[in-house]
Amino acid sequence: MTEYNDLIFEVSQPGRSAFSLPESDVPLIDLTTKFPQHLIREEPAELPEVSEPQLMRHYTSLSTKNFGVDNGFYPLGSCTMKYNPKINEDVARYDGFAAIHPFQPVETVQGAFELLYELQEDLQVIAGMDAITLQPAAGAQGEWTGLMMIKAYHTKNGDRAARTKILVPDSAHGTNPASAHAAGFDVVEIPSNPNGTVDLVELKKQVGKDTAGLMLTNPNTLGIFEKDIIEMAEIIHEAGGLVYYDGANLNAILGQTTPGMMGFDIVHLNLHKSFSTPHGGGGPGSGPVGVKEFLIPYLPIPRIEKQENHYVLNAAYPDSIGRVKGYYGNFGVNVRAYTYIRTMGPKGLRQVSESAVLHANYLRKRLEPYYDTPYTQYSKHEFVLSGSRQKKQGVPTLNIAKRILDFGYYAPTVYFPLIVDEALMIEPTETETKETLDAFADALIQIAIEVEETPEMVLNAPYTTSVRRLDEVKAARQLIVKHTP
Amino acid sequence: MMTEERLYSKDHEWILPLGENTVRVGITAYAVEQLGDIVYVEVPEIDAEVSVGSEMGTVESIKSASEIFSPVTGLIIAVNEELEDGPELVNDSPYEEGWFAEIQLENPIELKGLLSEANYQAYVAELAAEEEA
Amino acid sequence: MNEYRYLPDTAQDQKKMLDALEITSVDELFSDIPTEIRLTEDLPIPQAVHESALIKKMRRLAAKNATAHDYTLFLGAGTYDHYIPSVVDHVISRSEFYTAYTPYQAEASQGELQALFEFQTMVCELTGMDAANSSLYDGFTALGEAATLAVGATKRSKILISKAAHPQGRQVLQTVANGNDYQVTEIDLLNDSTNLTLLEEQLDKETAAVVIQYPNFFGSVEDLAAIKELVTAHKALLIVMANPLALALLESPGKLGADIVVGDMQPMGLAMNFGGPHCGYFAVKKKYIRKIPGRIIGQTTDSEGKRGFVLTLQAREQHIRREKATSYMSSNQALNALASAVFMSALGKEGIKKMAKLNIEKADYMAKQMENKGFLLKNEAPNFNEFVVQLNAPIKEINQLLLQKGFIGGYDLEFDYGMENAMLIAVTEQRTKEEIDQFIEALEGITK
Repeated sequence: MTEYNDLIFEVSQPGRSAFSLPESDVPLIDLTTKFPQHLIREEPAELPEVSEPQLMRHYTSLSTKNFGVDNGFYPLGSCTMKYNPKINEDVARYDGFAAIHPFQPVETVQGAFELLYELQEDLQVIAGMDAITLQPAAGAQGEWTGLMMIKAYHTKNGDRAARTKILVPDSAHGTNPASAHAAGFDVVEIPSNPNGTVDLVELKKQVGKDTAGLMLTNPNTLGIFEKDIIEMAEIIHEAGGLVYYDGANLNAILGQTTPGMMGFDIVHLNLHKSFSTPHGGGGPGSGPVGVKEFLIPYLPIPRIEKQENHYVLNAAYPDSIGRVKGYYGNFGVNVRAYTYIRTMGPKGLRQVSESAVLHANYLRKRLEPYYDTPYTQYSKHEFVLSGSRQKKQGVPTLNIAKRILDFGYYAPTVYFPLIVDEALMIEPTETETKETLDAFADALIQIAIEVEETPEMVLNAPYTTSVRRLDEVKAARQLIVKHTP
Repeated sequence: MMTEERLYSKDHEWILPLGENTVRVGITAYAVEQLGDIVYVEVPEIDAEVSVGSEMGTVESIKSASEIFSPVTGLIIAVNEELEDGPELVNDSPYEEGWFAEIQLENPIELKGLLSEANYQAYVAELAAEEEA
Repeated sequence: MNEYRYLPDTAQDQKKMLDALEITSVDELFSDIPTEIRLTEDLPIPQAVHESALIKKMRRLAAKNATAHDYTLFLGAGTYDHYIPSVVDHVISRSEFYTAYTPYQAEASQGELQALFEFQTMVCELTGMDAANSSLYDGFTALGEAATLAVGATKRSKILISKAAHPQGRQVLQTVANGNDYQVTEIDLLNDSTNLTLLEEQLDKETAAVVIQYPNFFGSVEDLAAIKELVTAHKALLIVMANPLALALLESPGKLGADIVVGDMQPMGLAMNFGGPHCGYFAVKKKYIRKIPGRIIGQTTDSEGKRGFVLTLQAREQHIRREKATSYMSSNQALNALASAVFMSALGKEGIKKMAKLNIEKADYMAKQMENKGFLLKNEAPNFNEFVVQLNAPIKEINQLLLQKGFIGGYDLEFDYGMENAMLIAVTEQRTKEEIDQFIEALEGITK
């Protein structure tokens, strides 16, 4: 088996190949007659040389060392690792969607624009907004797009110089402050109160003429619904700021409420979370952004619009923030999300949020006796435990995460949100069975017992994965980021 | 008046007067413990001007990246180039081989505002007590 | 029975869970949402559709689009119809890969991590650079990140970008620059290439970097060596946005002095997908390795000394830097990076050269044939697989007529460059001599 552990470069042999290209049917060219000598490549790129069967064994072997949702339960908090439907994969590969060019005449791609336009309309009502752009490639780019619109809005009002600050709760996703900074804002962190929600007194203290906006996740990353949201939105609006909804995790509120009803002006959605498109090991995703009517002029261009029964591209928005990504966003991902929404319909989506929330609360209830639960109210789609009890016994949370891998599950998100000591953030999603939730709870309970009785068992985990505990410090110090023969 | 003893800042740097209005600067064992395994150190450039509180470099562990703020005003006259390939020196020997930079002081009087060894230890003890609470 | 096939809860399951929570209805779990903001009716979206009916519906929608299989495509301009070996889709259809998240738990994600480490190596090989990340959204966002890196590294505030760079790349860069408050200035053209006299004039002490596309938007190969000399004289960085396929035969930007090389892997194993998802790549010289945005995979060992791979330099990321981060890049396009790694493995050292050569030869043949027939070609510099032809009527109209003859014609240069009646034609290895001859014949019929 050892050869299958090799890098593809290590199994390479000159003279092998895994491609099929015809000989040229046009006259051959001597490159030196066409290009100046110094622009012709001197040394070839050392790409691997393998046969097709070798190639398939290599990558199949790698796939067996990788854990996805189809392998098992993936309770990674804030990542909404729900099942990725197979019909979506088939549909996205239809020639009519995959083999079309973004610059084809618009009348030759009306089916694609129809799909995008209808998806915009669906997401619009799901988010309670008045318009949607599908251009951003992922959640973080959606956030940044939204913040660029906040900037453009204040600039248009002659207010940009004064409004320099974006308020972000301390429970926020790390991407929030980063996106705000990349959009040229200063970030002011708002502390949470003991209930895990935004401290309104602190919020009022920080709000002022320099407030550009507030970024909020609701339910927040602790899985708690910010029930004062209406008042918060009013506070920000009264001060002249805008309210931004980080909709990375819409799973808790699908069909229950909308960010629009809560008072938000701008929303981004992660189609690769709530709308079932696969994460692909890190991407591609899709991060559409929705806005209320008064912000429509600032949306990225071009916009996809409908004129009678015809779809067109419209770039005539002089106040637009411009283009944030090439073409029309991650179309192939949007096709999958559209297919999902059509599969579920309004009742199905509502059932998603009901099951997701029920699962999270049930699982939390089962684990409460064994792990510290810093917040006791009902959670929404996810909840946060603290491993502080286990840490005091000499087993930091990271080890619990590694031990879970041995039970055939992926690990929860750990050490986030930052405001919970030794955080274990668990999001079971709606697509898991009660049996899986119970088995996972049993595993975490067994680990809690191991921490007390045989802590070294947990400290040395994992045992069953393709490699044992990896040395991250060594990786960062030696910094080998490519293979050198 | 110059002493041969280390002084400290509340940002957890040590400052060792070397005579002739120059000091050597590094980070304290407490800071190192907080950071964990250090994987990268970005030192300032020689001849760079620094002032109290200005950023003069970065220390990264695998889970954090922290700025190093200059405890004094002056000119960088030497940096520890060993750190580029050996960031672990800061972990292994924070007060000796893991030193960071040498600064020629513009206002030697600033040293009077720094903490003595005893005062710094008291400050750290206070922080530890807060942590417990 | 639950009518939604992705949702497993039966009535009994639900009851057992509610009992454990000591409540009688799921609604109680939503009681903290104020009543005035609760939806009381179904979302006004279309009702659920069963699987077979949905497949029929989606096929119909797809059939409304003219595909590269139904028509013969001579359109490129940044997205190309290239050969994709069957193995590519088979590998990325392994659900262990596509249903995984970002590999936070490295021990359970070695497959993805190793594949991306190999991808990084291949990108370094092609570009001639020291280090690469595991991909970014697309070539244009990668360009924006490169410019921001250059501004940060040089502490200068201006980016010069050639007008011969992709118009959408320039647009995205402008938006990114607006966010980070730096300036972008365009360098005008001299015929089909960057005007080096103007470049020299525009370079100054505030120039952080010069951006050149290689080959450029018109298909012409810019003289990076000459540009590097000018850029170096002003201590600015050279950012090259390169088509990775062309790098199989063109001298690598790294060798010619590029500090940062970015681009899109779409030509290497990715379907056109109506413009996305594609896959940006990002490579740098050693000096900037710790400033690379996004996810980087590093090699290490496990507790038993066995080789393994992890996400590294994470302290640089926005999750930790938060409000001090200079980049918002969080995710990558891992699955597409995997696809292009499979592509590069399949083609290999020799195949990649063969494919690039076919592109050059076919484009060259087509250009010469057109010249022989009296068409006016605009390229003066040697070109890769695209070139510009001057026609005698609006391209929009010509493309309509070409469609009727079964062709998707080239890119209309009027809107972006004010070049009336000028068409940018792309010829890949997919086009046969016969198709090329037929296209020229059709074009002759339309324009003469």
